[in-house]
Amino acid sequence: MLRYILTRLGHTVLVIFGISIVSFIFLHLSGDPVGLILPQDATLEQIAALRKKMLLDDPIYLQYFRFLTSALQGDLGRSIYSHQPVVGMILERMPATLELAFAALAIALAVAIPAGVLSAVKRGTWIDTISMSLALIGLSMPHFWLGIMFIMVFSVQLGWLPTSGRGTFLQLIMPSLALGVSLIALFARLTRSAMLEVLGQDYVRTARAKGLSDFSVIGKHALRNALIPLVTVIGMEFGFLLGGAVIIETVFAWPGVGRLIVQSILDRDYPVVQAAVMMLAIVFVTVNFVVDLLYVWLDPNINIDGSAA
Amino acid sequence: MTRAEDQSPLLEIDNLVVEFGRVGSVRRVVDGVSLQLAAGETLGIVGESGCGKSILSLSVLGLLPSGARVAGGQIRLAGESLTGLSERSLRQIRGNEISMVFQEPMTALNPVIAIGEQIAEVFRTHQNAPRKAARLLAVEALRAVGVGSPETRVRNYPAQLSGGMRQRVMIAMALACRPKVLIADEPTTALDVTIQAQILELFRELRQEFNTSVLFISHDLGVIAEVADRVAVLYCGVVVEEALTADLFDNPRHPYSRGLLAALPQPDAEEVPEQLFEITGTVPAPDALPDGCRFNPRCPLATDRCRSEAPPFLTVGPAHRVACWEAGHGQ
Repeated sequence: MLRYILTRLGHTVLVIFGISIVSFIFLHLSGDPVGLILPQDATLEQIAALRKKMLLDDPIYLQYFRFLTSALQGDLGRSIYSHQPVVGMILERMPATLELAFAALAIALAVAIPAGVLSAVKRGTWIDTISMSLALIGLSMPHFWLGIMFIMVFSVQLGWLPTSGRGTFLQLIMPSLALGVSLIALFARLTRSAMLEVLGQDYVRTARAKGLSDFSVIGKHALRNALIPLVTVIGMEFGFLLGGAVIIETVFAWPGVGRLIVQSILDRDYPVVQAAVMMLAIVFVTVNFVVDLLYVWLDPNINIDGSAA
Repeated sequence: MTRAEDQSPLLEIDNLVVEFGRVGSVRRVVDGVSLQLAAGETLGIVGESGCGKSILSLSVLGLLPSGARVAGGQIRLAGESLTGLSERSLRQIRGNEISMVFQEPMTALNPVIAIGEQIAEVFRTHQNAPRKAARLLAVEALRAVGVGSPETRVRNYPAQLSGGMRQRVMIAMALACRPKVLIADEPTTALDVTIQAQILELFRELRQEFNTSVLFISHDLGVIAEVADRVAVLYCGVVVEEALTADLFDNPRHPYSRGLLAALPQPDAEEVPEQLFEITGTVPAPDALPDGCRFNPRCPLATDRCRSEAPPFLTVGPAHRVACWEAGHGQ
C-alpha cells in the first residue's frame, strides 16, 4: 500500500514538473511582455534595457531554470500591474474556487448517484425514462447560459437569491448548481450503466440468496462495484469543474482564481496567468492523486501488485 | 437405505411449473416437477445443461431471473408454502433456513468486500449479531469449513484466494445460520478434480455434523454418486426417473438415465472402450419440445406411442419411479 502511494506521489510530482515546462513555453510563445509593460512610444533603447533587466535575452532553458528555482522556493513572480507576488494573489482566491468546485461536485454526486441507482433498479419504467431524459437535458445545457438563466429567474424575477458575490450560503447555491448540472447528468448516466452491469452479476444474486435487504444488496454489494468506474471519471471531471469555474466565476462575480485568470488575460498580466494555470493544475493533479487512493479503497484488488487484478 | 424414508418431507416441490417469456411466446423450462427432500437427506438432481436444473433451484428461493416466473405448483418448507410468500418473508428464509452455494465461486463472491464481512453480514442479518460478534462468528464459520488461519483470512478478498478456498468460503457463508436445506448448484464444476474431491468430502462431513438436507445439482453423475442418497434425473424440465443412488446406478430404467450412465468413463472397467458412449442429438429448446415423451427423438427404444403420448411417472420398485413407456423392456 505504501509503495503504491509513493509511486503515485512520484507520478504526481512528474506531472506537475511537466505542466510547469509546458505552461512556461506557452507563455513565451504568446508574446513579449516588455511591449505590454512599456508605453507604445517607448524607444528601442528603453525596450532593450527592460529586456536586459528582466533577463529575457537569456536562452529559454536558462530562463526556465530560473523560474523553476524560484518556483521551488514558492516564488512564481509578481504581477506586472500590481507588483504583488502572484502566489499570494492566487492563494487568496483559491479557497473560493475550491469551495465552488467541491460544492458543485457534492451536488452532482448527491443527486446523480441516487438518480442513477434508481434508474437502473427501475429500468424501463417511467422513473427511468424521466430521470434519463432530465439527464440528457442537463447534459446539453452550457453552464454559462444556465448561470444567466438562474440569475434571471431566481434573482431578477423571483428575488430569492443574490445575483453575485461570495460569503453566504445563499450566494453559493446558484453558481455551484450551474456548474454542477452537467455533471449530475453525466454521473447519473454513468451510475445507471455501471449499476445495470453490476446488478446482473453473480455476487448480487449471492447477496440476495443470503437474505440481505434490497438496501444492502443494492446500496452495498452492487453500488460499491458500480462506483469504481464513477470514481475514475470524477478525477477527470474535476478538471472540467476548474475550467468551468473560470466562466461561472465571471458570470456570478465569484472572487476566485477563475475570475482572476480572466481578468489577467484581459490585462495581459502573464505572470499571474501562468501561476494561476500552474496552481490549478496542481490542484487537479492532487485531486487525481486522492482519487487514486480512493480507488484502492474501493477496489481492494488493485493494490496487490499495483495494477487491477 | 436412507434416513429419509419414514419421515415427512422437509422440502417439497409439488408439480412446479416455471415459465419464461410473455403470452404468445411462453417457454416452459420446468414443467410439473415434483420432488421431496427429507431431513438430513441429500437428493441429487442430474441432467444435461439446459434441462432446467438451475432454474428449478433458483425458484425454491424466489431468485428467478427477470422474465421467469413460477406459473404453477407449490414449494413447501416443513409444510409451509414458499410460493405465495412476500419478498420480505422470503428474505427471512434465504440464507437462514434455505441457503445456496453457486457454481462459480469467483464470480459468486463480491470482489470488493472482504470475505469475513461477506460471511459476517449473514449473522448480522439473520441473528441480529452485533458487528464484533458477527466477525468472530465469521472466523468460526471459516474454521468449520477447513480454512486455515481463519483469523487472518477474514481480511482477504476473493481474488486473493484459490478456487477451492473460495468455494469453502461460499459454503461457510451458506451454512452460517445452520440452514435446514442447502441447495448446491454445481458446486464442484468449476474446480480442479483434486479440489473437487476435497469439497465433496467437506459436503459429507458437514452433512454429518449439521444434519443439513442437501439438494445437490450437477450434470456430473460421478459427483452425484459420491454425495447423494437419492437421485432425480431431469430432462427438458421434467423428472424422468427417481431412485436411490445405488439403485439408479445398478438398475437404471429410463433410456436417458442409461445413456447418462453409459457416457460415464469407467475407471475400473477391464477394457478401456475405444470411444465413450454418447447420447445422440441435443436437448431440444423449451419452445420446440416434441410431442409425447420429450426424449423420444433421441431414444433408441422410441415407439409410436412414445411419439404421441407422454408417459406417466410410475413406481417400478421401492423408491424407484420412472416416466417411460418402455422402461420394462430392452435392459
